[in-house]
Amino acid sequence: MAIESTMTEPKIEVAALRKRFGDLEVLKDINLTVEAGGVVALIGPSGSGKSTLLRCMNLLVAPDGGRVRVGADSFDFGNSGQLPPAKTLARFRANTGMVFQHFNLFPHMSVLANVMEGPLTVRRMPKAQAEPLARSLLVKVGLADKADAYPNKLSGGQKQRVAIARALAMEPEVMLFDEATSALDPELVGEVLQVMRALAAEGMTMVIVTHEIAFAREVADRVVFMRDGVVVEEGPARAVIDTPREEATRAFLSHFHRRGEAVPG
Amino acid sequence: MYQWDFGLVWTYRWLLLDGFAVTVGFTVAIVVLGLVAGLLAALGKLSPLRPVAWLASAYIEVFRCTPLLVQLVWFYYALPILSGIEMSAISAGILALSLYGGSFYAEIIRGGIVSIDKGQTEAGEALGMLPSQVMRRVVLPQALKRMVPPLMNQSIIQFKNTSLVSVLAVPDLLYQGQVAAHDSYRPLELYTVIAIIYFLALFPLTLLVKRGETRLAVTD
Ligand SMILES: Nc1ncnc2c1ncn2[C@@H]1O[C@H](COP(=O)(O)OP(=O)(O)O)[C@@H](O)[C@H]1O
Ligand SMILES: [Mg+2]
Repeated sequence: MAIESTMTEPKIEVAALRKRFGDLEVLKDINLTVEAGGVVALIGPSGSGKSTLLRCMNLLVAPDGGRVRVGADSFDFGNSGQLPPAKTLARFRANTGMVFQHFNLFPHMSVLANVMEGPLTVRRMPKAQAEPLARSLLVKVGLADKADAYPNKLSGGQKQRVAIARALAMEPEVMLFDEATSALDPELVGEVLQVMRALAAEGMTMVIVTHEIAFAREVADRVVFMRDGVVVEEGPARAVIDTPREEATRAFLSHFHRRGEAVPG
Repeated sequence: MYQWDFGLVWTYRWLLLDGFAVTVGFTVAIVVLGLVAGLLAALGKLSPLRPVAWLASAYIEVFRCTPLLVQLVWFYYALPILSGIEMSAISAGILALSLYGGSFYAEIIRGGIVSIDKGQTEAGEALGMLPSQVMRRVVLPQALKRMVPPLMNQSIIQFKNTSLVSVLAVPDLLYQGQVAAHDSYRPLELYTVIAIIYFLALFPLTLLVKRGETRLAVTD
């Protein structure tokens, strides 16, 4: 019974989450759950609060109220908006991988050092153990031959794949992607999506903020459409994208040429 | 027409060399201590703890906005009276010059730190680093590269500033030059030679800074 219940418990739970920046209410009572191994795509117009929601999930941004749980780590922000102590925060974040739109690789470190940084500094792993881990992750993202290169010598797609490997090196329970392909030249988008697709297939729990609607339809189990800080519509990926119930969702999706149609199935 | 006689200066070569050694030693001490003070003040000013940030700002502004000569004299004459701690001219000189330099270093270091893209800090935090680890592993190594040329510039100024300790009778290059000038009645020659010694020591350093700045402009 106990095993049964932990297996069915969602991996990520966000409840009654609120966040404001000054006068601007960016998140208004957000509720969201992600099953273990689930992939949720977060879509919506620019400024709707997607990034802020993602950042609240790993507490890069302190919510003003509500509850955030990832795996066994749970924080109740009540109405205080007080962040937990730095140590607790760091431990929480170590368990959630985050991939940024602009990669944010460490430019003063080689590719290998970038990927080893988390294990070495945060997990205090000996180098003899961190290096094979990092190298295996570079193999996984198809960049084994770039281990000794510096980030400024890589293409955008390669940078983002290194950033994914760097996040994976912490062996996190969940991965958060904030517009991971938005800064890329179109011809480089595919290689990054391929890595994300493989990760999803392996059973990684993922939340993906994306404007790649076709990709969301193909890879995500569920799609959440946000506008003005509220979840307008949520449901199975294909249902939301192909037959949205809400007018706002329809209006938003109509901006995209329905590249989703090209994907079979 | 004045008759230059540089031959006489040669008689004082060991005295001047001694003075130069003191100047260099003094510079090394105040640069190292100044950098420590500057780093602490910079981190303090960036601290989220209000009193710490306020204290760091107060230190920086007090030392930046009062003349160094006044600080030197104050540390030598006034501080012992106020605190009851006797201080040698050398200690007072090192203390005042280090704190003075530190206030300028602090602004350079703080500027370097805040110039690093916020995304770098977030990437470190997202990995689970503590703020101190983010600073040490991610921000400072990158900021340092940008800070080196202005820090060297400031250190060159500090090198010249050491000449002020001669007012406290610390036997630096300028002080020994004065001694020689009085002794020989040849102040023009001696002050000219002293100026040349300072120049020869510092000019190569300015070239180094310039090269560093050019290299930075290329890689950044
Ligand atoms: N640190 C911040 N300070 C002030 N306003 C912010 C901050 N971060 C985001 N915002 C504002 O919050 C709103 C939502 O932003 P964001 O979460 O980035 O939306 P999205 O990712 O959906 O484009 C925007 O209006 C943005 O300007
Ligand atoms: Mg965003």
